[in-house]
Amino acid sequence: MEDESKLRAFEARIEAGEKIEPKDWMPERYRKQLIRMISQHAHSEIVGMLPEGNWITRAPSLRRKMGLLAKVQDEAGHGLYLYCSAETLGVDRSEVVDQLLYGTAKYSSIFNYPTLTWADIGTIGWLVDGAAIVNQTMLAKCSYGPYSRANIRICKEENFHKKQGYEIVATMAKGTPEQKRMVQDAVNRWWWPSLTMFGPPDKDSPNSAELMKWQVKLQSNDELRQRFVNLTVPQASVVGVALPDPDLKYNSKTGNWDFGALNWDEFFAVIKGNGPCNRQRMRARRIAHENGKWVRDAAGAYAAKKRAA
Amino acid sequence: MDDDSRHALFEYLLRLGDDRLVLGHRLSEWCGHGPILEEDIALTNIALDCIGQANNFLQLAGSVENKGRTADDLAYFREAIEFKNLMLVEQPNGDFAYTIARQFLFDVFSFHLLEELQHSSHQELAGIAAKAVKEDRYHLRHSREWVLRLGDGTDESHQRIQSAFNDLWMYTGEIFQADKVDDLLFEKGISVDLKSIESKWSENVSEALTEATLAVPDAEQYMASGSRQGIHTEYLGHMLTEMQILTRSFPEAKW
Ligand SMILES: [Fe+2]
Ligand SMILES: [Fe+2]
Repeated sequence: MEDESKLRAFEARIEAGEKIEPKDWMPERYRKQLIRMISQHAHSEIVGMLPEGNWITRAPSLRRKMGLLAKVQDEAGHGLYLYCSAETLGVDRSEVVDQLLYGTAKYSSIFNYPTLTWADIGTIGWLVDGAAIVNQTMLAKCSYGPYSRANIRICKEENFHKKQGYEIVATMAKGTPEQKRMVQDAVNRWWWPSLTMFGPPDKDSPNSAELMKWQVKLQSNDELRQRFVNLTVPQASVVGVALPDPDLKYNSKTGNWDFGALNWDEFFAVIKGNGPCNRQRMRARRIAHENGKWVRDAAGAYAAKKRAA
Repeated sequence: MDDDSRHALFEYLLRLGDDRLVLGHRLSEWCGHGPILEEDIALTNIALDCIGQANNFLQLAGSVENKGRTADDLAYFREAIEFKNLMLVEQPNGDFAYTIARQFLFDVFSFHLLEELQHSSHQELAGIAAKAVKEDRYHLRHSREWVLRLGDGTDESHQRIQSAFNDLWMYTGEIFQADKVDDLLFEKGISVDLKSIESKWSENVSEALTEATLAVPDAEQYMASGSRQGIHTEYLGHMLTEMQILTRSFPEAKW
C-alpha cells in the first residue's frame, strides 16, 4: 500500500519533468532497467575502443594519429563515467564488468564488425558516433539525473568525434581513386549495421513501453532511426558517397526519407554472439582483464601497506 | 646559423622527435588492452602527449633543414637507419611492468632534459620544451608511482618489474653518450650538458628503485650503443612497417 503511493508520487514527479536522483525512492524495475541500460552503454564504449584502436598505429599522418588517440581516449572516459553512473544505483563496477566478460551482458552489436581500411575510421566517426549522438541526445533528457548528466557531457565529445570522422570521409572522397574506393566500400559495410544501433523495431522491443512511461527513453527505436536517416542522407550527398540502399527515397507526404528493410535476422544473431568479431572482441577484453590481475593485485597490496604504515 | 650548426641542430631535433614518436607508438599499442580502465586512459593520454611533442620537434627539424620536409614527411618516409631515437623506447611493450620500467627510465631522462632545454638559446626549441616539460612532469609522476606500486606490491609484481629493469638496463648507457652534435650545440648554448642530466638521472633512478625495494641493475654488463647514429634493435623496422604502411602505399594521397 505504501509502495503504491510512493509509486504514484514517483510517477507524478517524472510527469512534472523532475529528475530522479540516487537517494530518491524508485521502483525496483526502474532501478534494474537503468542498471541494464547504463552498464550496456558503458560496455559499448569500452568494447568500441577495439575496432578503432586497431588503426592507431597505422594512422596516415601525425594529426590523424592524435585525433584518433584522443577519440579512443574519450571513449574510455565515457566508459568510466558511465560505470560511475551505474554505481549510483547500487552496483559495483567489478560486478557489471564481470557480467560483460563472463556473463550475458550485452554491448552494442556494431562493434562486432571489423575495421578493414583507414576509411572505416572516418566512417565509424561519421555514422556510428552520429547514430550514438541521436540516441544520447534523447538520453540526455532522461528522467534519471546522473544518467542524463552523463549523456550531456558525452554528447559534446561525440559531436567532435562525428565532425572528425566526417572530415576524414570528405577528404578521402575527394582523394585518389583508391581512396574513393576505400571510402565507398566502408560506407557500404557500415551503413546497415549503424541503422540497427537504435535497437529492434518498435513492435519487437519488449522493454520500450515501460521505459517510455518512466521517461528513461523519450522516443521509440523507430523514431530515432528515422531521425538518423533523415540527418545522414544529405550529409552523404554533400561528400558524394552513395548510401547502399536502392529503396532510399524522399517521401514528400511525411517529410522523411523512406528506407529499405533491415536484416533483423543478422542483428539478432550478432546480439546473441554470432557476429564476425564477437569472439575476438570478448577474447581481447578477457585477456586484458586477466593479464591485468597481477597489476590490480599489486596496486591493492601496495595501498594496503601504505594504509598500515 | 652556419651549416655545421644547422646540420647538428637538425640531427638533434630528430633525436628529440624520434624518441617521442617511437615511444608514443609503443604506448598506443596498449590502447584498449590496459590492465585497468584508468590505465587505458593514462597510457593513451601519455601516448598522445608523446606524439604531440614529436610533431612539434619534427616540424621544427623540417624547418631547420630547410628542404621543404614536413613533420609527416620525416615520420613517414624515413628508413630505420635514419631514425635517431634511443633503443630503449623502441623495445616492445612486454607486460605492464616492462612498459612501466621503460617509461620510467625514459621519463626521468626526458623530464630533466626538457627542463634544461626550456633555457636553450634557440627560442623555438626552448618554447617547445617549456610546453612539453609540463606534460613530462605528469608522465614521470605516473611512472614513478607505478614503479613503487609494482616494486613494493606483491611478490609477483616485484619480480616482474625487477626483471624488466634488468632486461632494459643495457639500453640506458647510450642515453648519455655525447657526440659531436651534442658538443657543438652545447657550446652554442642550444643543447644541454648530458653529464649533468646523467647525474640527476642516476640519483633519481636509484632513489626510486631503492624506495620500491628493487635492486639497481649491475652497470658492468653489455651496454648497447649507436642509436643516435641510426643503429637500432630489430624491433624498429617492424614498427615502421606498420606505422608507414598507408603513406608508403599511397604516396600521392592526402589523408
Ligand atoms: Fe563514446
Ligand atoms: Fe565517440
